[in-house]
Amino acid sequence: MSYLEYQIQHTPTGLRKILYLNWPVIVLLSTICGVGFLMLYSVAGGSFTPWAEPQMKRFALGMVAMFFVAMVPVWFWRNMAAVAYLISLLLLIAVELFGEVGMGAQRWINLGFMRLQPSELMKITLVLLIAAYYDWLDIRKTSHPVWVLVPVILVLIPVALVLRQPDLGTAILLITGSGIVMFAAGVSLWYFAGVIGSAIGIITAVFKTRGTEWQFLKDYQYRRIDTFLDPSRDPLGDGYHITQSKIALGSGGWTGRGYMQGTQSRLNFLPEKHTDFIFTTLAEEFGFVGGITLLGLYFLVLMFCLTSALQNKDRFASLMTIGVAATFFLFFAVNMSMVMGIAPVVGVPLPLVSYGGSAMLVILVAFGFVQSAHVHRPR
Amino acid sequence: MRRPPRDNEESTRGITRRSLLLGTAWLAFGGGLAARMRYLQVDQADQYRLLADENRIKDRLIAPARGLIWDRNGIPLATNEQNYRVVMVREDAGDPSEALEKLSKLIPMDDAARAKALKAVMDRAPHVPVAVADRLTWEEVSAIAVNGPALPGITPEVGLSRNYPAADDLCHVVGYVGPVSDYDLSRIDDKDPLLQIPKFQIGKSGAENKLELQLRGTAGNVRNEVNAGGRVIRELDRREGNPGANVQLTIDAPLQNFIQARLAGESASAVVIDVETGDLLACGSVPTFDPNKFVRGISTADYGELTGNPLNPLQGKAVQGAYPPGSTFKMVTALAALDAGLIDTEETVRCGGYVEVGGRRFHCWKHSGHGHMNLNLSLRNSCDVYYYDLAERVGIERISRMSRRLGLGERYDLPMSAVSSGLAPDKAWKLERRGAEWVIGDSLNASIGQGFVLASPLQLAVMTARLATGRAIVPRLVKSVNSTEVPLLDSPSLELNENHLRAVRQGMYSVSNNRRGTAFASRITEDGKRLGGKTGTSQVSNNRVNNRNVPWEQRDHALFVGFAPFDAPKYAVSVVVEHGGGGSKAAAPVARDILLHAMYGGYPPLAAYPAAARGNAQRMQDDLELRDFDALRNESSRA
Repeated sequence: MSYLEYQIQHTPTGLRKILYLNWPVIVLLSTICGVGFLMLYSVAGGSFTPWAEPQMKRFALGMVAMFFVAMVPVWFWRNMAAVAYLISLLLLIAVELFGEVGMGAQRWINLGFMRLQPSELMKITLVLLIAAYYDWLDIRKTSHPVWVLVPVILVLIPVALVLRQPDLGTAILLITGSGIVMFAAGVSLWYFAGVIGSAIGIITAVFKTRGTEWQFLKDYQYRRIDTFLDPSRDPLGDGYHITQSKIALGSGGWTGRGYMQGTQSRLNFLPEKHTDFIFTTLAEEFGFVGGITLLGLYFLVLMFCLTSALQNKDRFASLMTIGVAATFFLFFAVNMSMVMGIAPVVGVPLPLVSYGGSAMLVILVAFGFVQSAHVHRPR
Repeated sequence: MRRPPRDNEESTRGITRRSLLLGTAWLAFGGGLAARMRYLQVDQADQYRLLADENRIKDRLIAPARGLIWDRNGIPLATNEQNYRVVMVREDAGDPSEALEKLSKLIPMDDAARAKALKAVMDRAPHVPVAVADRLTWEEVSAIAVNGPALPGITPEVGLSRNYPAADDLCHVVGYVGPVSDYDLSRIDDKDPLLQIPKFQIGKSGAENKLELQLRGTAGNVRNEVNAGGRVIRELDRREGNPGANVQLTIDAPLQNFIQARLAGESASAVVIDVETGDLLACGSVPTFDPNKFVRGISTADYGELTGNPLNPLQGKAVQGAYPPGSTFKMVTALAALDAGLIDTEETVRCGGYVEVGGRRFHCWKHSGHGHMNLNLSLRNSCDVYYYDLAERVGIERISRMSRRLGLGERYDLPMSAVSSGLAPDKAWKLERRGAEWVIGDSLNASIGQGFVLASPLQLAVMTARLATGRAIVPRLVKSVNSTEVPLLDSPSLELNENHLRAVRQGMYSVSNNRRGTAFASRITEDGKRLGGKTGTSQVSNNRVNNRNVPWEQRDHALFVGFAPFDAPKYAVSVVVEHGGGGSKAAAPVARDILLHAMYGGYPPLAAYPAAARGNAQRMQDDLELRDFDALRNESSRA
């Protein structure tokens, strides 16, 4: 087994591992979740139902899962990466076949006690797989075209499935998240230049084909992009989300209207106030100070993750930690850009704050991997 | 995977380098987000705060109660009646059509009304209350209230709607209200937000229209916080408006009622003025219409009936009508000549039945001629030739000036619709409006109130009041506003020679008290209440011989002006019966009855009538159905 190559005599064993967890990250994550509960309580008009209480239960469940994942040596997870990827892929296909339709997209499998979004699962298993792949790959072959093509295909299969649902937000997250892991793994910058160049080409193509029979995106996705480009064009229709979101956010001012005093969310002017647009409520009630604080918390998580990754001499552990951090970053960066009107509305939740079981569980489990890597790092 | 240590080091170095790059990129992006947040929340905060308040705060107007209108005795003429209606909130009503079905078992509601109500309910947002039935009786409302539990989402409500208790009597004076229309909004320059309330009631005609600004009051305001669906969450602020001013008119409602009843069946009008104050005591015009029908939304059939009626019920003839005054104008011509010093009261003119001027014969109404006529006789007999002669000497300019002094050709500023200015023609007028020179024949026609001269019954009453008092009486309609008396208008002396005035009045006395006067049959026999007046018969068509064998619309207008009591004038009256025939037969008896009614404050004793007229007077008193104003007053004081 590969751990033999490390000086693992200092690696803690048994319950002592708990002491060696990356506690700052756990505290930060709990704080962010706490902010989430606070906001869910507020948008429900000062009530634990229907959102805050279930969210707390899922948080508890997620924390248990995180600890469980953290206790298991990271190399086990590395070896399981391919299996996890395959399971996620099968679930994605299952969703294609039996999934429930919500908001114009097939995204869920109803497991009875919760609705599972395989695309959420894929976000993390893909990071595991790409990290494991580059751990396995001879370091000198990293930028070899054939060996670059392999992970690209591994990424594009789930991306294609996700786009069929259709879920543009997740597709972008999958591509960018994996791309960041590949970037960290040392793939030549020319590939990235090429990809970015062709992305621009594809975006042009997407717009050029609009209105024809073989247009790439659904009409509602085109409309969302239109709306993003000019929200005032249809302030009560498609532009409503962004316009109202900016109004709520902007009306917060420096220090906000005060907790539970946000008029825009309480009076339902804000759409999806408990999910994708929860940040606007926070910004309205706590103002610029509140928004910056949350942003700061997120960046502290990133900082601790990056530090952990740089301290870790295990290639898989480092890459995986960076990948998880990247995915986390993408979540809040895309979400905040969206609610602040600098990105189209693509349906990405604010990590650990937005109401939603799958996302919360997946993120906490992902940080479980990060904890496992931290605990079992070679010393 | 076992990896050579060198590879491991290289891997770590590579990852470190790339991670630092990544971290820098993330930080940069985070900085961008922070900057954007700052821009929205700090730099643009004021603007977004404003937009947010616009989002959540909705102002709603509270319509003020419209001012009431009373007559001079405090009898209500326009009131606000409690109007019971039923409103339905769709989201509480379950199945709206089923709810209406149930409702129609309690109150009269046919299929058409139900379909209309259902559409109204479905057209609005689910939480908006929509009126589904209107003008319910107290019993019906009680039935709904009792069945409340079985009728979710349906509640009785009380609103105010305009009511005219005296119904037809004052339709042309008080007018009526109606919902504000786009046409109204385009026509009037009024920024009052109340007008934006759908179906807000504004005055459409008469005093309701002309006194609109006083009667309307000012809007109150409720500030509500609403949610995105427009539902009211809570009231933030409430400012009550001011109700409209209560207006008391100078009209005497029982007298007005008598006049309308007395004139009924004709196309006629009559005006009574208090000669001491200028108060318009009555301003009758028939036929009439029920203004309440307009408030409730008049049916097309009813409206068509009104517009199609040749007697023109929609027109308030007392102020809107302009008629050739005929012989009632002769006092003007006489005074013009006396004032100019061209005749004296005893000078005679011989009437041979006609005069020849400019090669045309101008006939007296009595073709055989009256013989020698002085002022008194000329009025008593209504001799035309006497006035032709005066006209030749006086000229139209002096006649025109005198007619204006006596109140003709002037538009009085009264709060009524389409007040006519009549016409006191002179040479300049003819040149300008007809493009022709004034000829002597025009003067002759004008001297007996024919030709171009036009006067409304109101103007004739004013003229009579001025003759009776020698003062420039100006009519007024509004007695008090919110219990504050409207000051009387100035009525300076007309600066006419009192002897001349007395002679003219004496002539008018002879008209109705001399055995040979044209209105002798319509005299008042009660001493101290005698009447002075003048008959008038104004030609409508030039080629008629007598009034019996011509179509109605070509018959002469019958006029009478008069005042009483002769010795101490109090009331001036004018009566115009369109196409009524001769003034002495069709108008004088009406004027006499009106004056008697005014002087006695009700039906006079029969002794006030000459013996020959008592039978008719008795019949009239028996037949006319007058309104019970005591009941009306009690009802309103109870409300």
